[in-house]
Formats: sequence, structure tokens, C-alpha cells
Amino acid sequence: MSAIQINIANKSFLGDSRVHNQTIANLQLSLAEHEFICLVGPSGCGKSTLLNIIAGLDSDFEGEVTLSQRHQKPSIGYVFQNPRLLPWRTVRENILLALPEGYPSEPIDVMLETMQLTDVKNDYPERLSLGMSRRVSIIRAFAVNPDILLMDEPFVSLDPPTARQVRQWLISLWQQRPHTVLFVTHDLREAIALADRLIFLSKSPMTAVSEIIVPIPRSERDDEKAIEAFRQSLLENHPEIRSLL
Amino acid sequence: MAVSALYDRPRLASLVSSALFLLVWQLLASYLDSSTLPAPLAVARVIWLETLSGQLPYHLGVTLLRLAFSFSIAMLLGCAIGIAMGRNEKLNHFFDNWLVIFLNIPALVTIILCYVWFGLVEYAAILAVVVNKLPNVIVTIREGTRTLDRDLLEMAKSYHFSKRKTFLHVIWPQLYPFVMGATRTGLALIWKIILVVELLGRSDGVGYQLHLFFQLFDVAGILAYSIAFVCVIQIIEFSILKPLDKKALRWRR
Repeated sequence: MSAIQINIANKSFLGDSRVHNQTIANLQLSLAEHEFICLVGPSGCGKSTLLNIIAGLDSDFEGEVTLSQRHQKPSIGYVFQNPRLLPWRTVRENILLALPEGYPSEPIDVMLETMQLTDVKNDYPERLSLGMSRRVSIIRAFAVNPDILLMDEPFVSLDPPTARQVRQWLISLWQQRPHTVLFVTHDLREAIALADRLIFLSKSPMTAVSEIIVPIPRSERDDEKAIEAFRQSLLENHPEIRSLL
Repeated sequence: MAVSALYDRPRLASLVSSALFLLVWQLLASYLDSSTLPAPLAVARVIWLETLSGQLPYHLGVTLLRLAFSFSIAMLLGCAIGIAMGRNEKLNHFFDNWLVIFLNIPALVTIILCYVWFGLVEYAAILAVVVNKLPNVIVTIREGTRTLDRDLLEMAKSYHFSKRKTFLHVIWPQLYPFVMGATRTGLALIWKIILVVELLGRSDGVGYQLHLFFQLFDVAGILAYSIAFVCVIQIIEFSILKPLDKKALRWRR
């Protein structure tokens, strides 16, 4: 049973001078329940548009997106490309506001501790660095216990050690409480380290070029040599993806 | 040297500037020596006597009450309509002409028409003030609503914020500076219009008193009532609006 069925025949934006710019064409994807998918493609190809469609923020397209039938309204955690925190609410309030009524707030303090944000939890976002704001927005997405987690290049401005730490944290949370993850990135190493399956997307109009299952066991994902070796073999065996990176 | 010392102490500077104003006034009054420009002390004496007789507090109170009523109605209606027009492009298109018409009707015309149509009664007076102020509030709030951050609204939608939550935590903080702007210009505009409304058709309030003093050519009385009213407006600014601003904008760096 698949968690998400995506079938987008056409998604266009009305550009300047009334020309329709096609962003997505004939995109079919099927995501299994609790699968971790990385979407890899050039920047500006329409990956954010795809996530917005899945999140229900954009319904102006031809086609159909079906989210799992089991949950009437699956809860979605969305880490946007920019942090999108409310500047007039404190860090902690920003996270609490995303929670549905009557949700326990204790896990948030643990998460803030893990992400080394305890000292700033009562500060306003304008006082935070971009990296810190990003971590807050990641906590906000995890805090709602999402059935579907959408992440739009979430680790871009984090320094490498923090990025590695957040990656490990993401995987351990995902293993503790499985949910379907759609993770957009243009960093192939990051994608290999995280995903069950990689989906390569073409330049605009965007469509799926190839799908590759990552066979490396979870226990060996920290091994940078294994990741690099897989990356090399991938580039050799799939010449069609070279132009997309 | 002395100027730069004042520059560093804004409180002292405003005190000196007020003193200078009074001094110019006093000099001008002594030079002209005419009943059409009484000296500051003479005006202060009238304020004191009118306060003791209870006349000034009574008329001031009546005018302030009218101000409070018409201001609240105009702000509430204006915010509601402004938000609706800012968020709905079709609605905005349809009613934009109405807005232009109401923005351009002279205050005096609405006042006269309200009195002619509804008689010289209290609600006609309030209505005249509201009709004058309402278009300004609508325009300000509409502009504010148009600048709402789409990214944050999308965030609210993706996390299933309720309507109430979205309004309180996403929309209202962004509209707040515009509401405060409308409040400030509103107070300044409304209290001037209220005086005309009272002058034309009421038998109490500051406007009525000014009318009385005008007929007697009593400039000291006119200045006394105006100054008292300006002081009250300033007190509202400093004791209510400024602290509200400070509290609401504390998140800014």
C-alpha cells in the first residue's frame, strides 16, 4: 500500500506576458508507507512546487495527488527552504503553535536540548542566526509527529558538523517513529546517506528521470567511503543523471 | 555647543522648545496688546476658572465620549471591511469606486446631510463622524492586508492552523502597525471633525463652547478649550498608544 500517489500531468505558472510556463510535466511517483525518498535535481526545477502541491498549498494543477487513505487528514511536517518562523513569537511559542490542541509540549524541550537551542528558546527569531532558525523550523516539523515529512533543502546553511548531527538525529527519529519522508536536496552524498530510494528529476518542465534504490544498510550510512564508492558507481552506471547535478 | 548638549538630551530639548514657544507667544501678545491675542497667562486663567466652574470638564467629557463612540465604530468596521477588501480582489474591484467617492466627500457635506436626513440628534452626529473616518481606516487596513507575508500564511496552512490561530498569531501582528497608524491619524482627524459636528448641531461639547466664544469674540476662551483638548489627546498618546507600541514591537531587534 502506498502512502502517497502522485500523478501530475501538467503544472504551469502564468508568467509575464501571459505565457504559460510549464513547471511539471507527466510526473508519476509512488511512495511506500514509511519510505525515505530523496528528490535530487537542479535548483529551480520545480521541486518546491511539487512539495507545495503535496502539502495542499497549491491545488492549481492538472492531475491528482492522493495521500494515504488510512489517515483521514494525514499530519504534515513541512520544513521550508527558508525557516518561516513568526518573528513576533519566541522560539518556543513558534514550535508550540504548530502543535494541534492538547498535544504534549514536553518533547519540545528535549528536542531543543538536543539541537542546542535551550539557551535561546525564549528569544525572538530575529536574534537567531540563520542556522539556528533552520534548526527551530526542523524541530517544529518533527514536533507535530508527522505522517508525512516534507523537507526542502533543510540543511543548506548549516555548518558540516551540525548538518551531520541533524542528519543522524533525523534518521534516529524516523526509525523510532516511522513516517514517510520526502527530502529535496541537490547534494548527492547527502541523498545517498539518507534515502531508501533516490529519485532524479529533470530541469523544468520537471519529470522523473530515474529512480535508484540505495542498497547500503542503515548501519553503514555513516561510512563516508561507502557513500563515496556508491556515488562513483552511480555516476558511471547512470550517465543520464550527470547533467542533473 | 549648547545645541549639541540639547541634542543628547531629548527630554530637555522638548522642554526648552516648549518654553521658547510660550516666550514667542508672550512677546507677540505684549507687542500687539490686543484682546484678539491674549497672553499665555490670561488663557491659563480661563482654563482654571472654567475648570472650577465645571464647564470645561463637562463639555470636554461630552466631546470625549462622542470621540470614543465614533472612533470605536469606525475602527471596528474599517478593520473588517479593509481586511475583506485586501484579501478578496473581486470585492476590492467592485467597491473601490465607492471608497474613492467617500474619501472625497468634504466632511462638511456629510455632516450637513446627516443632520438634514436624521435631524439634530446624537446618532446623526456620531454617524457623520464615522462616515468621515471610515474610508481612511479601510484604505490603511487594506494596504496592510495586501502586504501580508504569503510564506507565513502558507506555513500556517500546512500546519493546519485554525482560523482563530491564524488571525491572532499570523495576521494580526502584521496588521498591527497599520492599525496603530489608522488610530493615530484617526484621533487627529476625528477630534477636528467632532468640533464641527458639535458647532453645527449640538448644544454641548467643546465645539458648541467654541461657537459660543466665537459669537462673543472671546479668543481667550477659544484658546483655553483648544489647549485643554490638545492636552487630553497628548495624554492619550503617551499613556495608551506609546506603551501599546512598545509592548507589541518588543520582538524587533
